[in-house]
Amino acid sequence: MNSQMPNGYAIEVERLVTHYGPRKILDDVNFTARQGEIMVIMGGSGSGKSTLLRHLLGLHRPTSGSIKLLGQDITKLSADQMFDLRKNMGVAFQGGALFNSMTVGENVELPLREHTRLDDNTIRIMSRMKLEVVNLAGFEDMMPAELSGGMIKRAALARAIVMDPKLLFFDEPSAGLDPVVSAELDELILTLRDAMNMTIVVVTHELESAFKIADRITVLDQGRILMSDTAAAVRASEHPRIRSLLDRTPRNDAVNPDEYLERLTREIIRA
Amino acid sequence: MRDGVEITSRKSGDFDWLGIAGEVDMHASPQVRKALLDALQPKSALLVDLSAVRYMDSSGVACLVEAFQTARKQGSRFALVAVAQPVLNVLRLARLDKVFTLYASLDEALAGGG
Repeated sequence: MNSQMPNGYAIEVERLVTHYGPRKILDDVNFTARQGEIMVIMGGSGSGKSTLLRHLLGLHRPTSGSIKLLGQDITKLSADQMFDLRKNMGVAFQGGALFNSMTVGENVELPLREHTRLDDNTIRIMSRMKLEVVNLAGFEDMMPAELSGGMIKRAALARAIVMDPKLLFFDEPSAGLDPVVSAELDELILTLRDAMNMTIVVVTHELESAFKIADRITVLDQGRILMSDTAAAVRASEHPRIRSLLDRTPRNDAVNPDEYLERLTREIIRA
Repeated sequence: MRDGVEITSRKSGDFDWLGIAGEVDMHASPQVRKALLDALQPKSALLVDLSAVRYMDSSGVACLVEAFQTARKQGSRFALVAVAQPVLNVLRLARLDKVFTLYASLDEALAGGG
């Protein structure tokens, strides 16, 4: 890699503004993650956390702002440059996103077959090693449909780390899992960081998981960053929106009638 | 930029010694794999010195695994010597530190019979 990270940030987002159609989703978001850091992005439904993740992955073009991964601004990269950068990125999607027509082993091997010319023996040993890491040893010949939810997430994680990425993105590792399996995944995330010095971004709304694994937590609310600080500082925050998220109280937003009616009637009732 | 890998080998009495130095990434590991498999002779002993490895990714570790299993099938001895910490971390992740024979130094390896 000939990337430059002069300030030690593996991820550096500056003044990110994004829209879906006319609706602003992220508003002036600044976000960093240091190399080897576990950064948790937390927020309720509709806070913009999944949108931020999708932009970090280069799946959408932002309205404005910059997104630097390993020193390269992905908003300015060509398709070829982005393809090269992606070799250093692993992603475990919320639903696993495994290919149903392929075995677990074939799914995990896929990035190696796409991106490398390694010997077939090396590829198979590498993918089986990663299945060992996620406690799915011996499951390589099974089909995704035969796996439980927790196993699918672990298989997706094995595929995400098979290339030894510098950056690992994990969307909702705990969602839909029982507490024990969820705790095991948290342990696995910590182990991966310690062994490989990966920079790991985890999007979650599970508080327990967030506080267990995070070096720092970024709290998003209605498209803005409320706070980006250590887990302890977030836990101690007096900010009412953060307290409401931590204490699981329902939000009670002020309603702007003009904006609300405009949203409901836009392109239907014209002035 | 890639720094590459340097591989040296020598025969010394009852064992073959293979020294790997530098960075073993996915570009360098095919070269490491070939050197390891070429160095293996039936009913012999191969010591692989990893003290000068600055970085080894899972493709490099996979080559060590393949070589180790090939050695076992051949009835040969295979051990890793002076495994540098970055390599040890990757081995530990997949619990391979409990699978390979590891020696802290060449002297220890010789005392241990390779």
